[in-house]
Amino acid sequence: MKSIINYLSEIFRGISALIKGMMVTGYYFVHPREIVTQQYPENRKKLVMFERFKGEVVMIHNENNEHRCTACGICEMNCPNGSIEIISRMVTTEDGKKKRELARHIYHLGMCTFCNLCVKSCPSNALKMDQAFEHAVFNRTKLTKVLNRPGSALMKGVDK
Amino acid sequence: MSFNIYDFTSFTKSIDEGLMAVMSPFWAVTIEMILIGVAILAFYAVVGLYLVYAERKICAFMQCRIGPNRVGPYGFFQTIADLIKLLLKELIPIKNADKLLFNIAPFIVIIASFMAIAAIPFAKGLHAMDFNIGVFYVMAVSSLGVIGVLIAGWSSNNKYSLIGAMRSGAQIVSYELSVGLSLITVVILAGTLQFSAIVEGQATGWFIFKGHIPAVIAFLVFLVASTAETNRGPFDLAEAESELTAGFHTEYSGIKFAFFFLAEYMNMFIVASIAATVFLGGWMPFHIGGWEAFNHIMDFIPPFIWYIGKTAFVIFLMMWFKWTFPRLRIDQLLTLEWKYLLPINLFNIILMAFIVLMGWHF
Repeated sequence: MKSIINYLSEIFRGISALIKGMMVTGYYFVHPREIVTQQYPENRKKLVMFERFKGEVVMIHNENNEHRCTACGICEMNCPNGSIEIISRMVTTEDGKKKRELARHIYHLGMCTFCNLCVKSCPSNALKMDQAFEHAVFNRTKLTKVLNRPGSALMKGVDK
Repeated sequence: MSFNIYDFTSFTKSIDEGLMAVMSPFWAVTIEMILIGVAILAFYAVVGLYLVYAERKICAFMQCRIGPNRVGPYGFFQTIADLIKLLLKELIPIKNADKLLFNIAPFIVIIASFMAIAAIPFAKGLHAMDFNIGVFYVMAVSSLGVIGVLIAGWSSNNKYSLIGAMRSGAQIVSYELSVGLSLITVVILAGTLQFSAIVEGQATGWFIFKGHIPAVIAFLVFLVASTAETNRGPFDLAEAESELTAGFHTEYSGIKFAFFFLAEYMNMFIVASIAATVFLGGWMPFHIGGWEAFNHIMDFIPPFIWYIGKTAFVIFLMMWFKWTFPRLRIDQLLTLEWKYLLPINLFNIILMAFIVLMGWHF
């Protein structure tokens, strides 16, 4: 007798659990406001990405076209994919010292996996992740970018 | 009872007599068969396409998505575009596959569902074949499709396909029992196996109301068992994507894959229309015995609309199941059938027989 009661209560418990599940999906079915899909090309103007979203690496420049990169090469060493190349040049300062300076910070977007290691490892916080994500181009060579802007110089006070 | 406005009997009879008058009976029957074939084929294509669309939309809404929305307004022509794509795709020949069986399998699956649709009454007189053993015939024919599935799995020379096909076989063998027994429960109440007589018997109230408790239990059992029989989720072990890539149709491409896909949706449509016909009155409008005025108002809605509405309701329930419940394991599947559905069903038949004997139904 007890086994029969167990059998029947199992059936009813099973049915009520199934109905509970169906209530959830049924609720979403009749409430179109719960839809979370964003229709991308249409909402381009007001599209806001999450803060943690990593689109591409950029170099921080201030309004005087100055960056903080000292061409130390730590980001280049830390990049797992070899997507950063730093080309530096030697310059002589007014007081006659020889000093290394950034010529070009080359970034291969096509090889980047957006791991954030370059940004994390930079001792002078020269790099950051940008949120631009529309990177499609017709030619692969366009994915190779120079991060320091033309004519930019090292910011005062940032030094080894 | 006045169905005169929407009665197709005289319409089909006049076509028959017109053809018989101008040619020999052989050619008249041939032409009638071709006409019915073309009509069912067109119906089949339209229903198949829009069931796929409906499934994608319903699934999307249940998962807080939008679903197809680019091709045409609300993505209405999405499945037509998909069909054109499938028609243009390459048919890839499989190395070491059994060529004959591999090519024949999709046709077996689709022919099985074609044969079943012939016996379904769409409206009064709109009925390709009114067998006196209609329920039996549909049950027999609709389970033929599994032969195609088994052949497809066997001939593909692929272990995933074979496992999928074998699972499907085990599933159909067990769940066919429950489908049959739950239909027999209603046949006891109706006292006939003929579809037109079953529908006529519901003129004073649908069987799910007339047979109250046992009829409702039979309806629920039929829903579960027929969902399993059509290989749909949560019983889609035969094509469990995460385990078997796509099960028995892994190796199929292009239009042959489309045949399997279409047959799956048509099987769902057939099962839903059997449920609608046997339990919910088929094309019969909603009638309450004795309420003449109410019944008369209900008669103004065409029977075809009633039929499609009820079928759509059952299809919606099956889609709701699919997008809510997780897939069963094979042992859970067999436990559900042999330990739960079958004993409930057998008890239910006795209960129904007792109620019919005592005259406790409406």
